[in-house]
Amino acid sequence: MKPFDYQRADDADSAIATVSGDPEARYIGGGTNLVDHMKLGITEPGKLVDITRLPYDSVEALPGGGVRIGATVRNSDLAASHVIRQRYPVLAQALLAGASGQLRNLATTGGNLLQRTRCSYFQDTSTPCNKREPGTGCSALEGWNRYHAVLGASEHCVATNPSDMAVALAALDATVLVRGQEGQRRIPVTELHRLPGDEPERETVLEHGELITAVELPAPSESSRSTYRKVRDRASYAFALVSVAAVVEVSEGAISHARIALGGLAHKPWRATAAEEALRGAPATEETFRNAAEAELAEARALRDNAFKIPMTRNTLSAVLRELTRQEGA
Amino acid sequence: MDAEITLRVDGQRRTLSVDTRTTLLDALRERMGVTSPKKGCDHGQCGACTVLLDGRRATSCLTFAVANDDSEVVTAEGLAEDERPHPVQQAFLDNDGFQCGYCTPGQICSAVGMLDEVKAGWPSHVTEDLDEPPELDDEEIRERMSGNLCRCGAYANIVSAIREAAE
Repeated sequence: MKPFDYQRADDADSAIATVSGDPEARYIGGGTNLVDHMKLGITEPGKLVDITRLPYDSVEALPGGGVRIGATVRNSDLAASHVIRQRYPVLAQALLAGASGQLRNLATTGGNLLQRTRCSYFQDTSTPCNKREPGTGCSALEGWNRYHAVLGASEHCVATNPSDMAVALAALDATVLVRGQEGQRRIPVTELHRLPGDEPERETVLEHGELITAVELPAPSESSRSTYRKVRDRASYAFALVSVAAVVEVSEGAISHARIALGGLAHKPWRATAAEEALRGAPATEETFRNAAEAELAEARALRDNAFKIPMTRNTLSAVLRELTRQEGA
Repeated sequence: MDAEITLRVDGQRRTLSVDTRTTLLDALRERMGVTSPKKGCDHGQCGACTVLLDGRRATSCLTFAVANDDSEVVTAEGLAEDERPHPVQQAFLDNDGFQCGYCTPGQICSAVGMLDEVKAGWPSHVTEDLDEPPELDDEEIRERMSGNLCRCGAYANIVSAIREAAE
């Protein structure tokens, strides 16, 4: 590992100034992804600015019924938070479906959003990878690509975003609060991550030195129901093959509102707007669920090893919609 | 680049100078001679390096020692009191919860941390009702311990040991 300088940040402004002024500097939170990448030689920062002691470690109620989650809140604390369990169960479920107990105790909200793909070629510095070394080619395109993308991929990169939490946040219409030298800005979580296009090395819209300080959730509708379902190769402690986060409201047998995000399928948490459109106002029937899934998957393109993801997504999405629209007591 | 850090390890205050690249696991094992946390995968996947970091279970291979200045670390070695094994350690002995023993210190630290999480009412992926206090059945134990691998496959007795320790 390359030697690096370490600083513990006491205040956000000086941390932002330090990282903004040094192209080799990086923020470090829980470190569960970054420390691993430094061991593997995927990334070689010259300076780490530790932001875990900044005052972003609480979950606060907002006027209007929403919630603000600090960027350094640990994944385990967030999943255990009563307000999240009671009012945003899809988020608690997504967090609990990710990683292990030990890792959730370290991992932070901001770090989870910025974790990088688990594509085995990206993590292996002996193989070409456009994301790790732009211009070298994509080894997964013709290689082992069981875990890779079927939506929104490009000829340059077929990696998937590994986060469960971010999929739930996408379905919850969360907003990411970011601070930089130019001040603060708010980014809808669905616009934080980028599709690979011809710059797969750029995974988010953040500029170097910008710091995620919080994530805000809007007030949930009292009549909505939400859930997160994850399909994986093992029952626990594995990344998603396919996951579905959904927030649904039913009124008189018809779906009045649906927000759906898919995980394991794309370079970013995939907000399923075509499926949402197909569901809006439609009766809560198997045919509706299937049509919604088909609408979303119309543009899906399978690689050698991941064609199974397309029917798996259709089935998982249908199962989630069936569960969320089931009448109480029926 | 070196940095001076102070840790409290198994009840003892330790001050040392570490290269910033040193993980907490390597600082414990190679610099302080505390060898109960084991290096298995060194990538956070196997759980053999699990310690209690400020009271919570954590993989010590995925955190730099320098980032843990002023922290309290308890390893499996530090769990015993008055030379008597911790109840979780005793339960592993009584239930034959290991074979080669390499994963055992990590399993035990993880189990101690996990039982505290259950006491605090934290749900898991298999908890039916997120709002109700979880009941620690075998399915819950397996899910909550999924970050600790045992290549000998002593899982059945590890589950029994933890069930007994929880009672």
